[in-house]
Amino acid sequence: MSKIYVYGDNVDTDVIIPARYLNAYDNATLAAHCMEDIDPNYASTVRAGDIIVGGANFGCGSSREHAPLAIKVSGAKCVIAASFARIFYRNSINIGLPIMECPEASAAIKAGDEVTVDFSTGKITDVTTGQVFQAAPFPAFIDNIIEAGGLIHSLKARGLAK
Amino acid sequence: MGMTMTQKIFAAHAGLDSVEAGQLVEAKLDLVHGNDVTTPVAIGVLEANDIHEVFDKDKIAIILDHYTPCKDIKAAQLCKTARDFARAHNITHFYDVGEVGVEHAFIPEKGLVIPGDLTIGADSHTCTYGALGAFSTGVGSTDMAAGMATGLNWFKVPPAIKVIITGQFKPFVSGKDVMLHLIGKIGVDGALYKSLEFTGPSIKELTMDDRFTIANMAIEAGAKNGIFPVDELTLDYLKDRTDRTPVIYEADPDAVYESEVVIDLSELDSTVAMPYLPGNAALVKDVKGIKIDQVVIGSCTNGRISDMHAAAQILKGKKVANGIRCIVLPATQDIIRQMIEDGSYMDLLNAGCAISTPTCGPCLGGHMGCMCEGEVCVSTTNRNFVGRMGHVDSKIILASPAVAAASAIKGELADPADL
Repeated sequence: MSKIYVYGDNVDTDVIIPARYLNAYDNATLAAHCMEDIDPNYASTVRAGDIIVGGANFGCGSSREHAPLAIKVSGAKCVIAASFARIFYRNSINIGLPIMECPEASAAIKAGDEVTVDFSTGKITDVTTGQVFQAAPFPAFIDNIIEAGGLIHSLKARGLAK
Repeated sequence: MGMTMTQKIFAAHAGLDSVEAGQLVEAKLDLVHGNDVTTPVAIGVLEANDIHEVFDKDKIAIILDHYTPCKDIKAAQLCKTARDFARAHNITHFYDVGEVGVEHAFIPEKGLVIPGDLTIGADSHTCTYGALGAFSTGVGSTDMAAGMATGLNWFKVPPAIKVIITGQFKPFVSGKDVMLHLIGKIGVDGALYKSLEFTGPSIKELTMDDRFTIANMAIEAGAKNGIFPVDELTLDYLKDRTDRTPVIYEADPDAVYESEVVIDLSELDSTVAMPYLPGNAALVKDVKGIKIDQVVIGSCTNGRISDMHAAAQILKGKKVANGIRCIVLPATQDIIRQMIEDGSYMDLLNAGCAISTPTCGPCLGGHMGCMCEGEVCVSTTNRNFVGRMGHVDSKIILASPAVAAASAIKGELADPADL
């Protein structure tokens, strides 16, 4: 069962991965300090397949790609939020961290609920309460990037990066 | 349907006659830049994907400003990675210690972005160059890598909020107060995914440094970019900085805006953002007296020459209060040079300020001014998030250089109008 980590609005990239650790970008460092300044227990308790639920403007602040990378390598399966800050949104797509924008799910899901997600349909199910939510679909353009395996692969497939 | 300034820049760079909000476009980039934190990650992306060529060595800038002069061994390795890459690819605009400045002060100073350009940078405050009538926005390292490899990137054409500036400033009030007021009014996600387009009869009242400060903090309202019209002041600023010809875009009279905000400069008083969000605006006169431990004057937001002058004017002949650490970080070597020539450097030094070489250091808790548990800093930087400058239980109050300097003298949050 996925554990749910619920945080509030405006979770910024400084608390996702504090700048004092940005002198490195290896997976072990990023995973060890992920969410450290908002939840010191996250890194030691998160397990593969767990889910982070944020409120509005998740990932605001710095452009550091280390933030979605840290969440990805920490083992979390995805982030569900009411809305995402735009650089974090781009970065997540580019590096392959699944994100789901869904204000209703963000408001309803509580820590301890059992939640399942279907990335192909955008369906989020709170098994504990029986509620089903629909995340905002990605535009086809972004779907193509995701399907190609990220931005760089999509550019290489077009012969654009040598 | 009419286009905003930002939309016109997108249309031109996407090779289209017109674009509208929400449209996805692939646009040509005039500059792609990164720093010592973000560039090594982008280099890693290129290497991992077996990409060995950059699209144009003259249109990439690599600026080692965050942890420099290197704070530790790991930071030195990041810089070496960036330095080796710049050498291998013969990157024209590579800037290292001794020449480098804080990127968003340095890039305009060097004339690397001019009106009409479309640029991305792997640093969120890349939106600063909107002050010059360019579109610029912050991206992550993979976007930087893609930009370096192809000179292209994809964008969703943003809708815009029109910010109309009227009136005239009171003494000691500046661009920082405008932006802290605006973010307080619309919130830290009030402009999410949107442009903030500044216009109105009093744009001319805003110096270029005011405009840089305002555009710089557009990201703090969630905006994709902040942009100013090009006027005589802009063109004067460009003199002797570039050989390229600026392209001036103006919003169409029938451009569509999602909303309008009017800011009357004459109604603004010195404003701060209280912990822990840039949108927690308060008037200094309502919250003054809070005991502080440190003052930081500098950064890509407020490390320019007029910021140094605003601080020096207040600190000249005075002393930083006993027990207060006042750290001043002029954003570029040229700014330091000007300060030495005009005497403001000595005014700040004699007042008891520690004056640093250019670095982003303390703004992000990197080095040169980290705080421990319980400490409070009045800072001219741009973010006051939890733990931003060090311990999670330290606090940052964002303020203008004038408020920061007055606070350094009083040893508490202070209004320069009271001195």
